[in-house]
Amino acid sequence: MELQVLLLFMIFAAVVAVEIEDLLSSVIAVGAVGLGLSLAFLILKAPDLAITQLVVEILCLIILIRATIKKDLVLVKDGRWLFNTVSTLVFICFFLVLAYFALKELPHFGQPIMRVAKEYIAYGLQETGATNIVTSVILNFRAYDTLGEVTVLFTAVIGVLAVMRKIGRINAK
Amino acid sequence: MQNKEPGMTLIVKTITRLTVGLILLYGIYIVLHGHLTPGGGFAGGVIIALSFVHLMLAFGKEFALKRLSQAAIAISESLGAIMFLAIALLGLVVGGYFFFNFLSKGRPFELFSAGIIPWCNIAISLKVGAGLFAIFTALILFSEARQER
Repeated sequence: MELQVLLLFMIFAAVVAVEIEDLLSSVIAVGAVGLGLSLAFLILKAPDLAITQLVVEILCLIILIRATIKKDLVLVKDGRWLFNTVSTLVFICFFLVLAYFALKELPHFGQPIMRVAKEYIAYGLQETGATNIVTSVILNFRAYDTLGEVTVLFTAVIGVLAVMRKIGRINAK
Repeated sequence: MQNKEPGMTLIVKTITRLTVGLILLYGIYIVLHGHLTPGGGFAGGVIIALSFVHLMLAFGKEFALKRLSQAAIAISESLGAIMFLAIALLGLVVGGYFFFNFLSKGRPFELFSAGIIPWCNIAISLKVGAGLFAIFTALILFSEARQER
């Protein structure tokens, strides 16, 4: 139920991001989609993916904001420094408390939960017939990952060729 | 006598003639034995691309592009991607889900075993090798175009 509400919210935010005129609002709407995805990972019981998604989303948001609208970024410099400092400290403490509860659930260092990996090690040869267990994971159990990697590489090659060949063709004339 | 030709000196060219075949063969070995020993499509594809990069560095770009033209690079790159996707979709058709290992598993430690995994490795190696060589060629052509300016 929460997942459906979250998906509707993400679709709405994506439509807003495409349709809105203001660049800053568009970037913030993209960030809202990413945060919704992070919450969806949390609901689907994948906390490590949720943490990764959150971190990457924040990084992308910062880069996008700096890259797209570095000119008209409003910076408040004078006045209200007490309010600003106090509110920053309050938010840092708030997120530290949340991070404490979130990180407490992770397995301790050196004691990984090997439930999935144990299955792969025990049944890898029997299920796939490959004696190299890394290949059996990459190309059989987790082949979706490899498909994504291949797609990323394909897109990267096409992008490089599109950017580079334009100059070569103009000079060839 | 050799100075008029593009590429490096006679010593480098002679050594390259000896080694380039071995490098290519080693790349193919890594790809085909990806399910038995460490390695696989990504590593083997890079080694195959490096053998052609070796040719290009030693003999100049015309010689290497005669052996493997840009059209051939584009075709094998796309062919690798389509082959990988086709294997996955064949699994969907034959076995009912994506990336189903529908071929027979065979006996362990044999070359023809592990079902679709060697075919996936071959597809990935085509894609990775052709893609990396295409990027290398594009960068070389780009820098030459820049020097001419």
